Order: sequence, then C-alpha cells, then structure tokens
Amino acid sequence: MDVLRRRKTISLILKLTVWFCGILTVGILIYILLFILLRGVPKINMEFLFGEYNSDTLSAFSSVVTTIEMVIISLFISVPIGVFCAIYLTEYAKRGNKTVKVIRLAVDTLAGIPSIVFGLFGMILFVKLLGFRASVLSGICTLSIMILPLIISSSEEAIKSVPDMYREGSLGLGAGRLRTVFRIVLPTAMPGILSGIILAIGRIVGETAALIFTSGTNVLKNPTLDLMASQRTLAIHMYMLASEGLPHSKEMAFATGSILIIIVFLVNYTTTKLAGRIGRLSDE
Amino acid sequence: MQSTKANYSEKLMQAVFYLSALISIIAVIAICLFLLLRGIPAIGEIGIMEFILNEKWKPTDYPPSYGILSMIVGSTYVTAGAIAIGVPIGLMCAVFLAKFCPDTVYKIAKPAVNLLAGIPSIVYGFFGMEVIVPFLRENFGGNGFSILSSSIILGIMILPTIISISESSIRSVPLSYEEGSLGLGATKEETVFKIVLPAAKSGVFTSIILGIGRAVGETMAVVMVAGNAVMPLDKIKLLKPIRTLTTNIVTEMSYASGLHEESLIATGVVLFVFIIILNTALSLIKTRDAKN
Repeated sequence: MDVLRRRKTISLILKLTVWFCGILTVGILIYILLFILLRGVPKINMEFLFGEYNSDTLSAFSSVVTTIEMVIISLFISVPIGVFCAIYLTEYAKRGNKTVKVIRLAVDTLAGIPSIVFGLFGMILFVKLLGFRASVLSGICTLSIMILPLIISSSEEAIKSVPDMYREGSLGLGAGRLRTVFRIVLPTAMPGILSGIILAIGRIVGETAALIFTSGTNVLKNPTLDLMASQRTLAIHMYMLASEGLPHSKEMAFATGSILIIIVFLVNYTTTKLAGRIGRLSDE
Repeated sequence: MQSTKANYSEKLMQAVFYLSALISIIAVIAICLFLLLRGIPAIGEIGIMEFILNEKWKPTDYPPSYGILSMIVGSTYVTAGAIAIGVPIGLMCAVFLAKFCPDTVYKIAKPAVNLLAGIPSIVYGFFGMEVIVPFLRENFGGNGFSILSSSIILGIMILPTIISISESSIRSVPLSYEEGSLGLGATKEETVFKIVLPAAKSGVFTSIILGIGRAVGETMAVVMVAGNAVMPLDKIKLLKPIRTLTTNIVTEMSYASGLHEESLIATGVVLFVFIIILNTALSLIKTRDAKN
C-alpha cells in the first residue's frame, strides 16, 4: 500500500516538473520578446528607418540596405550550389559511394563550425589574402559558405520526400533524367527548398560574429550598394549601439532588436506555412 | 541529332552537379588549411605547451606572454554551466511536448521553441546584459558579468536544440514499448521516464553534443555578458568575470597585429579542434545507431 502511494507521489512530481519546464520555456521566450519589443517598437520611427545616420538619429537605414544586399547576393551564390549538391546526393550518386560519404561529412562539419571561425577564415582569405579588404564583398563570400550546409540539408530532405512514382512516371514517358529533375522533382520539392532558403535568410540577418572582421563595423551616413565599401549590417548595428553604453544608443539598440525580432517572426511564420504544404503533399 | 544534344547537356549538368557537391569539401579543406597556415606558426613560435598550459595572457607586455589556459578553462566552465541549466529543462520540455502536452498547448509551445531557435545571438546577448547581469548584480553582488550570467544565457540558447532533437527521438520510440509498460500497471510517468526515455537515449545524447557545440562556439551573446577579463586560474569563480576562447578572439582582433594576431587565430584553431572532436563523437553515435 505504502509503495503504491509513493509511486503515485513520484509520478505526480514528475508530471508537475514536466509541465513546469514546458511552461518555463514558453515563458522565457515571451519574456525576451516582450522585454525587447515593448521598449523597442515605440522608438521605431521614420527617421530611424529611413533617415541619414548621425549621432542623433543613429539611423538603421544604411544597415538595412546592406543587410538586404548581403542576403540577396549570398543566396544568389549559395542556392544554386546547395541545390545542385542536393540533386547530386539524391538523384545521381550511387548508393554507398565513397564521395557521398565524404561530402556528407563535409556538410556536417561545415554546419558545426562556429560563426567566429567562419569570421576568422573570411578575414584571412577574403579580407587579406585576396585583397577584398573589410568590405561587403568579403562579408558576402563568408556568408555564402556559412549558409551552404543549411541549403544543402533542407534541399536534400525536400528532394528525398518527392515520391519515386513521380520520377518513374516521367522517365516512363520518355523524359531524360535531367528533364525529370528540373520539370518534376525540383518543382515538387520547391516548398522544402524555399523553407531552407528562408531559414538561411534568418541566419544571415542575425549574423554578427562572422561579419565583424569581414564586412566590418563601419557605418555610412547614407546607404550604398558599393560592394567594396565597409558597412555594417543590422545585427552589427545593434551590437555597436548596445556596446556604446550611452542611454540614447541603448534605446536605439532596443529598436534595432525589435526589427530583428520582427524579421525572425516573419521567417518562422513563412517556413511553418511552407512546411505545412510539404506535409500535405506527402500525405496525398 | 536531337538525342546527342540531350545527351550532351545531360553529361554537362551531371558534371555541374558533381562540382557543386565538391564545393563543401573544398570549403572545409580551405577553412582547415588557412586557419592552420596562419595559426600553427604562432603555436610553434610560442610553444604548444606554453600556449595551452600557461594561464598568463599578456600579449601587449614586454616580453609578451601568450597563454590561453584560462580561456580554455573559461569555455569549459561556461559550457558546463549551460549544459547544467539547458539539458534538464530542455529534456523535460521535450518530454512535455512529446507525451504530456494537450494539442491546443502544442500549437503554441512548438512554434515558441522554433522562435527561440531563430532569435539572433546578439538579441540574447543584449537581453542578458539588460536583464540577467543586473539581476545577478543586485542579488549576488559583484558586477554581474560572470560565468553564471554566461551559463544562464547559453543555457537558454541551447534549449531549442535540446528540445527539438530530443522530442523527435522520443516520438520515434515504438508505441508498443509504452503499451507493454502501461499494460503491466506502470503509471504514465513511470512509463515515459523508465521505458521511453532510455529507448530514446541516442537522440538525447546527440542533442546534448549539438548543444555543447553551440555553447562552445557562441561568441556575441557571451561577449556581452561575460565581462571578458582574463582571470588567473585560482581567481575563477562562478560570480566573477570570465573570458572564453571565442570572446578572446572577438575582443582583441580589431587592434591585434603580428604574433598577437596570429595567436588569436591559433585560439581559433584550438576552438576548431574542440568542434572537430564533438563532430567525431556525433558521427560515432550515428554509425552505432545505424548498426543497431
């Protein structure tokens, strides 16, 4: 009888602990979000978003433009390479191929390398050895390598989830392998590939450590698209504002943080929607 | 004629796919190569023992001293702290999501965990600087920038990694295990903790190793809450400032030159070796799983 009561008590405690940890995790998130957004959102105004940068406005305009520029060009480089790599791994490589094992190992290794190491590498190769100096271009080159594993693994997952009968149907109708890949497999896998791309956008927008020594912390008064200019992104803008430690710059760090959080929100929302579409597709 | 043309483009694109696939390998080799080329000479000049077993980091003194032992210890403590905080909470939360959570709550909790994973490290760092550091300062004395503040912020940051991987491995345990245990009269909680969780252990280990990797490599969040002072080994305390391998690089790189700069790259090499060891552990778990 006593044993049974003890078992019941232990079970109850476990249940409460499990619920507590679940609520705690959600609570931490809500606390962080509210803490940044409540103080930051009221500070976002036209001057901060689109004004000229000076010590009064601390405008984020030029950083926003650089961030968008970096996102677009990095994706332009990484997405074809990543998707092609995924096509090779899923559609062309033979089972048990040695090269495939090495490629997988390389992708896993790349995924595990910390941002700061990418930053060091970018500084050594792009900034110094290739003579790009601290510039948007150096930042883009570094980021393109950094997001590669993300694109590869999400594309691979997406392509793998395309049912084999689609391929068989296409091949059976006389289409070549290449045509099947581009006309049947890729369009079907598109939502998954897109969600990988969107996650990569999130990673680039939030990146600091890999950019601090490659594109630098410099800020220009007005936006520029010059690839050779050293210009900070939004996340670095926040870091600089936060570490200056002046009351005014701290308030603006809240505002920048709010913009970053809103972007992350949008990124997560879109990927969830896309993932939902893939789910339905494989149910069909 | 048509078919030879199709054949030709087929061959060409196949080559393009293959080359694209090789780029990841080239990138990894290039990263290793350039880090080692710039880092190893410095380690050679300083002496490997002197570099990793000496606690004196005085790169601007005359004569300079380049010892990173204090930062190796710092990284270890901060990571251990993050694991001590993040793993129990994360694991329990994973159990909650997989086995206890009603559907309506799941619809809120799951996106919340994903959002936690997407928040940039700079935002975590700023939150730590504005909330955790002042809290520690007011309640425990000192200036608040400490091992503890770093561990708390890293513990939060590794939560999504621990939760999502553990959750999916808990979900992949066959239901028949559970039914067997429940049928023998065990409570739901006993079943989950004594049967399901042990069966999911390789996924849980994977999540912990990935969490360690994230904590060891995190830079910007730590640099904002750790205080970054190089402490002699006997002065390293839970509530005292600390410098880790990553923050050593980021705080000094902007003004370093010569051997000082190379020794910072060498710090990156040591960090890289840490990560490679973790990756090896991961692939060992993977191959063991594949065998079972």
